[in-house]
Amino acid sequence: MGVTLSVPADAGRRRIEQLLQDNEERVLRRWQEIAGSSSTGNVDRADLAAQLRELFQALLQSLGEGGDSSDLRGLLAELSRNRARQGFTPSETAIVVFGLKEAVYEFIETDGSPEALRGFVWFSQLIDDLGLFTIENYSAAREKVIVDQAEQLLELSTPVVKLWEGIVAVPLVGTLDSARTQVVMEKLLQTLVDTGSEHAVIDITGVPAVDTQVAQHLLKTVVAARLMGAECVISGIRPQIAHTIVTLGIEFGDIVTKASLADALAHALRESGVEFVSRRTRVAVRTEEG
Amino acid sequence: MTTPTELPINGNNDVVLVRQHVRTAAVDVGLSLVDQTKVVTAASELARNALVYAGGGRVRVEIVQNGLRKGLRLTFSDEGPGIPDIEQALVDGWTTGGGLGLGLSGSRRLVDEFDLKSAPGEGTLITVTKWAR
Amino acid sequence: MDRVPVLKLGDILIVSIQIDLQDQSVLALQEDLADKVVATGARGVIIDITAVEIVDSFIGRMLATIAAISRMLDAETVVVGMRPAVAITLVELGLSLGGVRTALNLEKGVALLKHLEAPRITTAAR
Repeated sequence: MGVTLSVPADAGRRRIEQLLQDNEERVLRRWQEIAGSSSTGNVDRADLAAQLRELFQALLQSLGEGGDSSDLRGLLAELSRNRARQGFTPSETAIVVFGLKEAVYEFIETDGSPEALRGFVWFSQLIDDLGLFTIENYSAAREKVIVDQAEQLLELSTPVVKLWEGIVAVPLVGTLDSARTQVVMEKLLQTLVDTGSEHAVIDITGVPAVDTQVAQHLLKTVVAARLMGAECVISGIRPQIAHTIVTLGIEFGDIVTKASLADALAHALRESGVEFVSRRTRVAVRTEEG
Repeated sequence: MTTPTELPINGNNDVVLVRQHVRTAAVDVGLSLVDQTKVVTAASELARNALVYAGGGRVRVEIVQNGLRKGLRLTFSDEGPGIPDIEQALVDGWTTGGGLGLGLSGSRRLVDEFDLKSAPGEGTLITVTKWAR
Repeated sequence: MDRVPVLKLGDILIVSIQIDLQDQSVLALQEDLADKVVATGARGVIIDITAVEIVDSFIGRMLATIAAISRMLDAETVVVGMRPAVAITLVELGLSLGGVRTALNLEKGVALLKHLEAPRITTAAR
């Protein structure tokens, strides 16, 4: 221990850099072996080897006076992002980086000089930093995946369907939160523009409960649709929801509400000039001009 | 992109320039189309306020980060007469400038964070932030 | 300062706003339209805002004012083509555009004016 401490840190660092450069190929090969054997399952060995070679080159570049570590960090970030998406565990990702420590240590042992040992402390810290950096990137990528999936889920759960020429509907099912209501509403309004529909039905039969915020969003959508030149009908309001809305003191004003989707459709058809004629048991529909 | 920019608000045309600049920054931050529209509208209201009530001012446009979330922060400042009663100024329909009285109160609803500092004779400083979803 | 052109089609005046308007241009448009309604005896005004990316309280007020002035001059105003994002923002801002009729697009705007016009013609014919 006493010997190690008497060596200046700089000398140790230089020694390691020298060691890495002298034994470039051998250290790399050992690293590839260690990383390869610790990674389980579906790792493409050739792929991994190539990645490690790139990483190692970038590492050498980052060493020494005025070394640039941006390449190295970029490559590490890419590696962690890919691994996160491919479903590797955090340990499987980090072990790739930590494997280099083991590989280098074997060469330091052979070297045996106090400088090398002193330098290994520095090198070890460097690798720890890079390992942490990898994990951070890994979890950021994972969070991104979760956010993307949540968005896709929102898209999936909000179909806007055409009921008739000029009439579209959004059947809302499940719990509505503020974010989801907002997405649905934006999609509904965009559909009005895209299809030139002047009537929309928002059906909330499948919605178990409505809070103030969601009710406000529904209201705002109806008002926004009016500003665009379209009319909205809200249908399928359950008794409990009607009760909540009244208790909360939310003013629905002159917004048309209907008990069922069928009533809402009939209303929208009437508004757009479609007339129903009953003939015996069959119902024929005649469209009038407009 | 990450360096804040300062734009002057000295004339009607500057309001248009502020809108365009804020739109570009909002796209860079990755705000949704609706959120872009909201923050640009708020910028338009606040820039016009600076022009109408203080005879001019400036706005600082910067991109801010909070963990994974990115946001757009706008800081409007002027050396005008200031606002004597901030609470009153934030009430819908209250105006001293002949407008609709929706500039301040409306802008506050269009952004995620709204901070107003003002005192009579000391000008007005308004900071608004819109976070990407 | 840019001036917005006012087009005449039959007894309808059509204004299509294509640029980011500064306040002066908005005020000029308001005056131009009033003059043109009187000069041409137009019965309807259509303001197409399909290309408009934001409507703030100033432009919103201008739309309401144009509608009110035109109505006094016996012409109905229809604002057409408002984008969803603009509509959502206006609602949040607290602006209702009271008294302004709206339609999804130019075609529907013309149809709406014709529809409003129809009863007047029948009464006149009697």
